[in-house]
Amino acid sequence: MIYREAGQFKTTYGSDQAIFPILQDRIFVGLVLVAAALVPLVADEYWLQAILIPFLIYALAALGLNLLTGYAGQLSLGTGGFMAVGAYSAFKLTTAFPALNILVVFLLSGLIAAGVGLVFGVPSLRIKGFYLAVATLAAQFFLIWLFNKVAWFVNYAPSGTITAPPRTVLGVMVTGPQSSAGVRYFVALGFVVVFALVAKNLVRGRIGRSWMAIRDRDIAAEIIGVRPLQTKLLAFGVSSFYCGIAGAELVFLYLGSAETLAFDIGLSFLVLFMVIIGGLGSVLGSFLGAAFIMLVPIFLTNAPHTLGLNLPVALQKQMELMVFGGLIIFFLIVEPQGLARLWQITKEKLRLWPFPH
Amino acid sequence: MKVRTLLIGALAIALAAGPLALSALAQDKSIFIPLLVYRTGAYAPNGIPSANGFNDYFNLINERDGGINGIKIVFEECETQYDTKQGVECYERLKAKKPVLVNPFSTGITYQLIPKASVDKVVIHSAGYGMTASADGRWFPWVFNFPMTYWSQASAFVKYVGAQEGGMDKLKGKKLVHVYHNSPYGKEANPTLETLAKQFGFELTLLAVDHPGQEQKSTWLQIRRINPNWIYISGWGVMNQVAVKEAASIGFKMDHVVGNWWTGTEVDVIPAGDGAKGYKSMNFHAPGAGFKVHQDIFKHLYDKGNGAGRRDGIGEVLYNRTIINAMLDTEAIRLAMTKFGNKALTGEEVRWGMENLNITEKRLEELGMKGIMRPLRVTCENHEGNGLALVQQWDGKKWNVVSDWIEPMREIVRPKLEEAAVAEGGKLGYTKRDCSKEK
Amino acid sequence: MTEALLAVLRPFADIVSGPAFFVEVLIGGIAAGLMYSLVALGFVLIYKASGVFNFAQGVMVLFAALTLVGLMERGVPVPLALALTMLVMILLAFAIERVVLRPLVNQPYIILFMATIGLNFFLEGFGEMAWGANVKKLDVGIPDRSFMVKGVQINQLEMFAALTAAVLVTILAVFFQRTRIGRALRAVADDHEAALSIGIPLKTIWVVVWSVAGLVAIVAGVMWGAKSGVQFSLSLIALKALPVLILGGFESVPGAIVGGLIIGVGEKIGEVYWGPLVGGAIENWFAYVLALAFLLVRPQGLFGEKIIERV
Repeated sequence: MIYREAGQFKTTYGSDQAIFPILQDRIFVGLVLVAAALVPLVADEYWLQAILIPFLIYALAALGLNLLTGYAGQLSLGTGGFMAVGAYSAFKLTTAFPALNILVVFLLSGLIAAGVGLVFGVPSLRIKGFYLAVATLAAQFFLIWLFNKVAWFVNYAPSGTITAPPRTVLGVMVTGPQSSAGVRYFVALGFVVVFALVAKNLVRGRIGRSWMAIRDRDIAAEIIGVRPLQTKLLAFGVSSFYCGIAGAELVFLYLGSAETLAFDIGLSFLVLFMVIIGGLGSVLGSFLGAAFIMLVPIFLTNAPHTLGLNLPVALQKQMELMVFGGLIIFFLIVEPQGLARLWQITKEKLRLWPFPH
Repeated sequence: MKVRTLLIGALAIALAAGPLALSALAQDKSIFIPLLVYRTGAYAPNGIPSANGFNDYFNLINERDGGINGIKIVFEECETQYDTKQGVECYERLKAKKPVLVNPFSTGITYQLIPKASVDKVVIHSAGYGMTASADGRWFPWVFNFPMTYWSQASAFVKYVGAQEGGMDKLKGKKLVHVYHNSPYGKEANPTLETLAKQFGFELTLLAVDHPGQEQKSTWLQIRRINPNWIYISGWGVMNQVAVKEAASIGFKMDHVVGNWWTGTEVDVIPAGDGAKGYKSMNFHAPGAGFKVHQDIFKHLYDKGNGAGRRDGIGEVLYNRTIINAMLDTEAIRLAMTKFGNKALTGEEVRWGMENLNITEKRLEELGMKGIMRPLRVTCENHEGNGLALVQQWDGKKWNVVSDWIEPMREIVRPKLEEAAVAEGGKLGYTKRDCSKEK
Repeated sequence: MTEALLAVLRPFADIVSGPAFFVEVLIGGIAAGLMYSLVALGFVLIYKASGVFNFAQGVMVLFAALTLVGLMERGVPVPLALALTMLVMILLAFAIERVVLRPLVNQPYIILFMATIGLNFFLEGFGEMAWGANVKKLDVGIPDRSFMVKGVQINQLEMFAALTAAVLVTILAVFFQRTRIGRALRAVADDHEAALSIGIPLKTIWVVVWSVAGLVAIVAGVMWGAKSGVQFSLSLIALKALPVLILGGFESVPGAIVGGLIIGVGEKIGEVYWGPLVGGAIENWFAYVLALAFLLVRPQGLFGEKIIERV
């Protein structure tokens, strides 16, 4: 009744091919964006600092990985390593060129990460399926070892950590301990919205279709003229670009300082879980998966407090793990194709509502 | 389908509402101290006695003394699993309760919190860990790492080896190996050891062990080939247990294997069993439960059933470490109260207390800690204090002190520390303050 | 340039000049490799028989070891404790089949992989809640002394572990090749629906295979737990077994052994001789680079099933 296309006629090709062709969709997305922009006015520091900013950062990383694994079908376990490349190159760039706008630094570090991703994507031409994970795992461990070993990356700091120096954009402090969480939230939000738009258009267009062709039937794709080398490498490059920026944001906008342990294999798995649970091959899925993996543990940590139970912290954490694992299995049984598919089903049902069919 | 949608809808709402519901405590007659602990996960075996020590000492102060001059200590544990991100989340959540000081108990989390300390006005006490450079209080007014830092510890270790070999001049030509965790924490001692190697002429080999250190065969094969005189271990977690076990397996003289103060706990010698007898480690306090403060803990807490851990856990190395840590914090608060009054203090006021801390021999005796540690004095320039180290040895059942109190080579360590402070402070955009101007 | 070349070649001279030590490194590598194989075997079993990459295998090793030690700590004698632990792992297999596998029959493998991740979290929390988070000493009576043989040091525990791994692999290889159940397992791995249609009881097969994987987990847990004490980090050895798995092929039992040997020996030789050139601690990525090198030649692992590509 509400969600009907009736009466919406498209008169140009452009409006027909829009990302959100239905007016109700556009209104909904618009409302979401407005709400997202107004969040800093209502949310307190804890919400912004510990929940929303990491959510946006992980969403960006999940988006990158989804492009590679969900759309191009190349399993990658090197997300942590590529994020580390982004973070460390951003650190080196900004300490070497302090006058350079930090947003430009993020973009440049993304490009460097893309370059590294291209290099480690080369084995994908020979190796397929689960086995490809080995190339990205080699990347993961090698990159972490490299950043640990070569002191040049941390500017020879005795502590071995990189720290986000204070940087301003248009006079507003964006990084460093003096920056407000609201400003950092907006930067992260800006990046993620822009890049989600870019990703959506990428996957709707020729490039995305070539990725999906390689994913589904790579030999047939090659026969009809999709060039596997360029396509796969492009996927690796774009995905690493996203992950690199996410990594730089992780250090500059969220953690403030990091050592290599922050980018270890656990992070790679975490982002992969977000992508799988959110839905492989779906831009929205990256967001939903990131929200799920990020928010559920926090909710589970805080739930006993709200319910008035005062459990010892160890028991709380263990139960949190158990419930979290149980929830993952539950959601997979309910909808194996991920949370994005659930959303799709909801929309389909909404079109008919209140009629049953 | 209906059930499914309802469930999902409920979950969505609950997810959104969950983090909003955070309880806030009213505090007018209490001081809040968050406890970042790790009772689960890979580092739980070490985290549990540490957490218990804090719990017990703060509870003791509240029970036995009625708080610090009548002001109760309110503390809340938050589980970090030694993970930096969870540590940040814990800190941000507990910030709402206006903490005055925090013990991150993890070098990684300490690095995260250091930039926030001066902004949030929360003191960071990283006792015996964290950023060594923060010992220079002129650059890091809000960060304290007394009673001792890693660099001082390394120099104390070399001093001990020299003493064992018959004199510092006898070190020439000897072979020392540093087995370290491949992380900033593990690498801390390396620059100091390298400087001392050049100065005293011993051969130093640095062997990194990759995280987590579950498998160290190649490291110990290399050690067999080098056949060193002494081994120094900077590890944490499972790396410690495996290192001790491997050392025992290759038949190395255990009394020439010395771990740093995070590598010498009861937990680390469990898997090696009898093979670990003779293993030594550094420490900055005495182990064991034979001190008066332990009697008090038994009397006021455990005998009434209010103890945080097991009875036989009292006196363990990490347990003692955190009761001392807690004692230093409470004494700093007490000192601050002499200047600012007996009330719920702010972070600024507690910071002053930490910076001017002076624990005398007499005070240690009053606290029931005579002999556990040496008197300590903290100054504006020196946030490391003048702590001393000692060496303890495992005899198969417990740790015993086997050396006198060792003074670290401060004349070598301090200049390098000041250099590092300039670098680290500059990175954060700090400026050096003038201690003589403040009093 | 020649400097670098000489530096890379010098370790070869090192090897030749110290043969006894080289043998020690070799033996150490073989022992370590076989320990990795023990863990890899669990993965192979489950992948071979259900096509699922069981992310929770590491935690199952931990859980098995925790149960065993927990029982022993409560005074149960070792043989009985072992038997009870086996029973627990079989019950676990039943539970997993009922709750996780049955509802997800015939779903894409990546979804099943994710389900095992959920299982991983669950067992992590459950194991710790049930048995505590402390380090526990594991002593099932395996002697652990080192003795010298012609200038080469050999460790009893490692030899025992190597022998156990070899025996286990032989038994499993025979099991899969010769017995009826083994053939049924391979049929199920090939195609769930086809196997169902010819009457192979999927549920029973899955319980059998997860139980056997559980038993392998017990053995792996005992061997690794004896080295480091039973604690959470035990679950992280699954990561060390990953290159072994990839190198040997996901569905090959002999591949797990051969892969383990190659990775173990390669790792140790690389770390001991070439590691110091670049500052050490290269083991982790060296293993993966080694596996990658082999994969470039044989893209489905040394003994893996050839992936038949269809247009």
